[in-house]
Amino acid sequence: MSDTRHASGSRLAPLFQRLSIENRAALIPYITAGDPSAAATLDLMHALVEGGADAIEVGVPFSDPMADGPVIQAAHERALRSGLGLRGVLDLVAEFRNRDAQTPVILMGYQNPIEAMGVADFAARAAEVGVDGVLTVDLPPEEADELSAALRAPGLDSIFLLAPTTRAERTQAVASRASGFIYYVSLKGVTGASNLDTDALGDQLDRIRETCELPVGVGFGIRDADTAARVGAVADAVIVGSAIVRLIHERAEAAGGVDATVLGEVRDYVATMRQGIASARA
Amino acid sequence: MPESNDMATETTIDYASFPDVRGRFGDYGGRYVAETLMEPIEELTAAYQRYRNDPDFLEEFQGDLRDYVGRPTALYHAKRLSEFYGAEIWLKREDLNHTGAHKINNALGQALLAKRMGKTRIIAETGAGQHGVATATVAARLGIECVVYMGADDIQRQAPNVFRMRLLGATVVPVDSGTRTLKDALNEAMRDWVTNVDDTFYIIGTVAGPHPYPQMVRDFQSVIGREARAQMLERTGVLPDQVAACVGGGSNAIGIFHAFLGDDGVELHGSEAGGDGVETGRHAAPLTAGRPGVLHGNRTYLMEDENGQIIGTHSISAGLDYPGVGPEHAWLKDIGRVSYAAITDEQAMAAFHDLMRCEGIIPAIESAHAIAHARLLAEARGGQRILVNLSGRGDKDINTVAKLEGIEL
Repeated sequence: MSDTRHASGSRLAPLFQRLSIENRAALIPYITAGDPSAAATLDLMHALVEGGADAIEVGVPFSDPMADGPVIQAAHERALRSGLGLRGVLDLVAEFRNRDAQTPVILMGYQNPIEAMGVADFAARAAEVGVDGVLTVDLPPEEADELSAALRAPGLDSIFLLAPTTRAERTQAVASRASGFIYYVSLKGVTGASNLDTDALGDQLDRIRETCELPVGVGFGIRDADTAARVGAVADAVIVGSAIVRLIHERAEAAGGVDATVLGEVRDYVATMRQGIASARA
Repeated sequence: MPESNDMATETTIDYASFPDVRGRFGDYGGRYVAETLMEPIEELTAAYQRYRNDPDFLEEFQGDLRDYVGRPTALYHAKRLSEFYGAEIWLKREDLNHTGAHKINNALGQALLAKRMGKTRIIAETGAGQHGVATATVAARLGIECVVYMGADDIQRQAPNVFRMRLLGATVVPVDSGTRTLKDALNEAMRDWVTNVDDTFYIIGTVAGPHPYPQMVRDFQSVIGREARAQMLERTGVLPDQVAACVGGGSNAIGIFHAFLGDDGVELHGSEAGGDGVETGRHAAPLTAGRPGVLHGNRTYLMEDENGQIIGTHSISAGLDYPGVGPEHAWLKDIGRVSYAAITDEQAMAAFHDLMRCEGIIPAIESAHAIAHARLLAEARGGQRILVNLSGRGDKDINTVAKLEGIEL
């Protein structure tokens, strides 16, 4: 059953299979494409991998990022000023693949840019450039049939969210339409919030796993090696967004751009998180 | 009487049966929200479906509309304006409602629902401030905490309403992100809701947002059209030839149109904000010049660029300055039941002065778009009987008008 759900073209299922054997959670950093420029994003993606990222979540800039907190909202606004849209993000992934054929890339964004490009065109181009999964924040499974079908054809994963408000019956319904992994939003709120209760997380994940066979990643509220380690002890993937976006922005502002020093700092930061996760289940 | 099969087919649309269970009006509407909001929206839907036909709830709502809001509002035959424009113009006086606009019909309905659902905190977005004032008003009356999100630019444009909300005990939160107008206030209210879903009720001010909002707001506002239709029949013995209403998100327009949707002989006209003119790109007329997309929880017509980014809108009226529109309007446009046209700032301001000089009524600049539309309809075909929804009064706009005329108040 899981074979039919795990898309053949995606790098995500093999990644989670490997990490399951290694008994370690995946580290998935998020950055907003185009913040501060497309060229910087390409360099940053490689730096994230060098630091130990197992997969990368690339945010597609949108004018109205309703589910995002202030840090990522500001990143979207900077990215829009750099002029990057969805087609540009896909070109960026193509360029990334010239040097990195292994690391899974997940696009995270909102539905309207995909509709503007055309769902079929988007899915075809995403497959062509080497995207592995797509998470559309404002597209719950009930509205996702067209996009999911378009992604499934070339073997890309449709990643869906679960939230603390999601009840058991719904968890099952969402999981049955998801592939790759499930993204558990660890708290009620927007990205970058700080009230993550890692103690309660284990129980919440246990409940999800009663009806969901997919790996479960956890995001929202993870900001340092310590929280990453505590989440990594119980989750299949640790997703870090606002903390990295903030770091990049602050260092880039100070340095006048994303230079080698900034890339080094980002790499080191990711490495610290990765060490935390590696020690989590020891 | 129409006898062709085509006409017969058209009349069989049961408008009251929309939206469907998925919240769809044709291709429009739906629920495009992050997962965290799905259960709260289900909870709201269940509560609304329970109470919308509950005699006790309806009695409370209708009693408050009568005693607190001041309904039914008058239907006024604007005789001097009629003469000036060359048509028979009737105004549905929503400006006479408590708080000065139609917005309170919906704010009251949702607040009563919030109370029954046991919510202890109310949030709202506002553009011109009319919905914010209406929400702050009903929250004060029910003794519920109220937070209103408002674009920083709109706070500048609508200072009297901001002060009014604060006097009513509401917290007004300026929104500095994006274009600093209504759409960004809506984003911020959504973010608040997702963070405080347990105790908070989000009172959306227009017929947009995820299902069930477009339906719920329509139902609460449709009292406008029910009253107006009965009043027209009582006063004139016939239905109007045309009905005009301004459309930002579109709640006053849906409110007055709904009772007339099944009356094939009644033309319905929505007046969008044409700003500097649709050809300039500086406007807020998604039905006239936009295309379908997804924003704020529903699929509808939007103003967007080729990358699907929502673009900045322009209108002299803060209440119409919104890049989307309620999904039912999108559907009514596509099936041809309602015609939509863009009215420029200049046309709206001319109508604003016409109504003041001819009738001694200060219209909200939003509502002045519908008055201007009536003038265009009258010019195209004189002598028609036109019902205009005068959705709000214009006292709040005095500063804007003074500034246009170079006067410092």
